[in-house]
Formats: sequence, C-alpha cells, structure tokens
Amino acid sequence: MRSYIPSFELQEPRNLADALQHMARSPGEWKPFAGGTDLMVLLEAGKLSHRKFLSLWNLQELRGITVTPTHVTLNALTTYSEVRRHELLGREFPLLCRAAAETGSIATQNRGTLGGNIANASPAADSPPALLAYGAELELVSASGARWVPYHGFWKGYKQVDLRGDELIRAIRLPRNHGFSKHFYRKVGTRRAQAISKVCLAGTARTEGGRIAEVRIALGSVAPTVLRATETEKILRGERPAPSVLLAAQQALAREIAPIDDIRSTARYRLRVAQNLLAEFCESLAS
Amino acid sequence: MPEAARKIRVRCEINGQAMSLETHSMARLLDVLREQAGLTGTKEGCGEGECGACSIELDGALVNSCLIPALHADGAKIRTIEGVAGAGVLSAVQQAFLTHGGAQCGICTPGMILAARNLLSRNAQPTENDIREALSGNLCRCTGYTKIFESVLQACRAQGPRR
Repeated sequence: MRSYIPSFELQEPRNLADALQHMARSPGEWKPFAGGTDLMVLLEAGKLSHRKFLSLWNLQELRGITVTPTHVTLNALTTYSEVRRHELLGREFPLLCRAAAETGSIATQNRGTLGGNIANASPAADSPPALLAYGAELELVSASGARWVPYHGFWKGYKQVDLRGDELIRAIRLPRNHGFSKHFYRKVGTRRAQAISKVCLAGTARTEGGRIAEVRIALGSVAPTVLRATETEKILRGERPAPSVLLAAQQALAREIAPIDDIRSTARYRLRVAQNLLAEFCESLAS
Repeated sequence: MPEAARKIRVRCEINGQAMSLETHSMARLLDVLREQAGLTGTKEGCGEGECGACSIELDGALVNSCLIPALHADGAKIRTIEGVAGAGVLSAVQQAFLTHGGAQCGICTPGMILAARNLLSRNAQPTENDIREALSGNLCRCTGYTKIFESVLQACRAQGPRR
C-alpha cells in the first residue's frame, strides 16, 4: 500500500553544520536523505518506516572529487555519473567506474550517490565491492568532530553500519599508488541493464614474475553484508595462479561466503557463480 | 489519520515557465507535475525507478520523476515532454519516432524521447551501443526496441537545431 505522503517531512538544512546540529539535538530523529533512489522506492511501496528526513542533496560541502598526490577523495554526494565521467578515476580505479556504469540506468546514476550506497548498506550494492578492492576509507562527521574508519569492517550486520545516529558520511578516500595492475569486476544479474546483482565480484592484484604478490577480493550479494574474502586472498597470495591453487581458493571462498535463497537467485547458484568468477579473475592474472 | 507535516512552497521553472506550487515536501515530483501542474504527458509505469516512463530533465539531468521529492524541484529548471516541441513544430527526435514507427501504445514514448534528447545533448553522434545504453532505463512492452533505436539514429542524421 502506498504511503500517506503528508505524514513525511523532508527538511532542507542551511549547510552541513546546520544538518549536523539537527542530528546532534536528538540523534536518530532526523535521517539523512541524499539522491533518494532507494528511499523514494520504499516510500512508494509503503515500506518507509521513518518519517523525518534531512535533505543533503543541495549541500555543496558534500560534493566534488579532489585529487592529491596520495589520495582521491570523493565527497559523499558524488553521483555514479560523476564517477563515470572522472578521467583519473577511470585510469587508476577502473573498477569503481565499471561499478558506477552497472548501477541502474542513466537516470539512477544521475541521482544515486556513493555515500548513499554505503549508508544504505544493501549487500547487493554495486559500488562497495569496488571500494573494498581499493582499500577505501570513510570520513564520518558529527557536530562533535570527525573520524576516519576503514571501509572494510564498516558493516555490523545486514543493513547495519557503524554509523551513529548523529553522524554522516562526509567523504570516501581511496589511496592512489596502490600498485595494482590487474582489475577485475563482474556483476551477474538477470540481464545486463538495470538488474540487481545475484553475485558481484571485484578483484585487484599485483603480479611479480608470474606470482600473485598482492590481491584483494570483494563480493556482493553472497552474504548479509558485502565482504572482503580475506581467507581466499591468503590462499592466493604469493602463489602462481595454477589450477591446484585455484581449487584451494574456491574451497576457501565457499567457507567465507554465506549465500541464501531469495527472490533473485538461489544459494547454490550464487556459490557456483562466485567460484566461477573467482576462476575468471585468476585466469586473468595468468595473462 | 497520521499527523500531517505542513506543506511547502516550491518555486521552479517548468518548460520555461515560472511556477509556484504548494505541496508536501516528500510528494513525488511525478504527481506534482501531473496533478498540480496539469502536465500529464509524463507517465507513471512502475513507480520504482525501473521503467523510465516518468523520465524528465531536472537542471539538465535525466531523472525518474517518481524518485524525486518535491522539495528537490525547488529552484530547479524542469523539462517535460510538453516542453520538447517548439511552437507547434516537433523536435527531430519526436519527428523521427513518428516517421520510423518508434511509438505504438505510447506510454513509454515521453520517457524515451526525453532520454534520447538527453543523450543527444551529451553526445551528438552516438553509436547504436551508446543509444542502447542511454535507453536501457526505459522499458517498452509493445513497439520493440529496434524501431526505437532506429528512430534515435535517424534523429541524429536529421537536420535542425532542435532535438
């Protein structure tokens, strides 16, 4: 059933400080609202339980991408379209651009934001595996200060993140000079456009003399949260991507992920495809 | 009945005309356009950002108006299908859809036209792949996509300053 629209309130703070003050006064009373591509869907479906929202969309302090010699910092309202258009991101963080291009349609990419994607914390979100593969860090701000946290471990459970009721995600920071020469991203959905993923795998690696010197693997849609497959990475690190190594890595992956049956797919299919994507990634390392 | 928040005043420019509308902050722009501004050319399909029938331009960006809260229209420039033809003359994209059979039942057509125009404003010479990608958020359940893609390709070739 549709929501009763007059019972919802969306307020426009004057600036970021004003938004943080609002949130500090009674934490949890006002929830942040960015591009609305998730919240408006819940609203129409009558599934939006919260009533009071603060619109972040026009806060210029939360927009823009800055590049320093060591990092690229994407402010939280960076849209998928802005990610796709950014030339340096395309060169140094191609998986993030791939993820942005595979998120919804052009219209969704014009409104959906990285900060929103992270805070919404869907295990099926497309940008988190790419962000994890590049070792992203998050800047969280509140009226009482700011803190940086690694994105890896930011999840506490299904749709739960380590974000207090008075905090906002201000920025996402990616370390440059990561040394990865291999970048792999594959999202498997019902069809190529618009579909929500059944399995998504992002992998980065640096190879030296045929061996995998460093590797990061992150997956979506195979557990209550997006995850880094750290045990699988351990199996691969220092090894040549040979069939026996791949087999051990696939077995480790099966122990690390926890796919379920749901409306989009089955646990069995997701496990098989996750292992196949791992094989595809490993094969790309041999070339 | 649940408590109601007070209405807000939204001032915006729709198809070049200044408008001032009183509405609820979380009302869907789609509903505001259709029911308050009387612009029923923008259609509702899925109501969840999947089908593109409600596509409009908001400050030049293609968006699904079902996912835009009215508050975000304040101060914005909006273009709907009603603002695409100029003084009784169809735009190149509209003309191409007519000539090449790009429309059948017509529900998806306003969104298709807006998405196609938006593509051509960013990329004047798109490939067929560019067109397929740009229209991937617009679903059609009757014409079939081939005639729609052809219409957009033909519109690129057509002369004329307006698209």
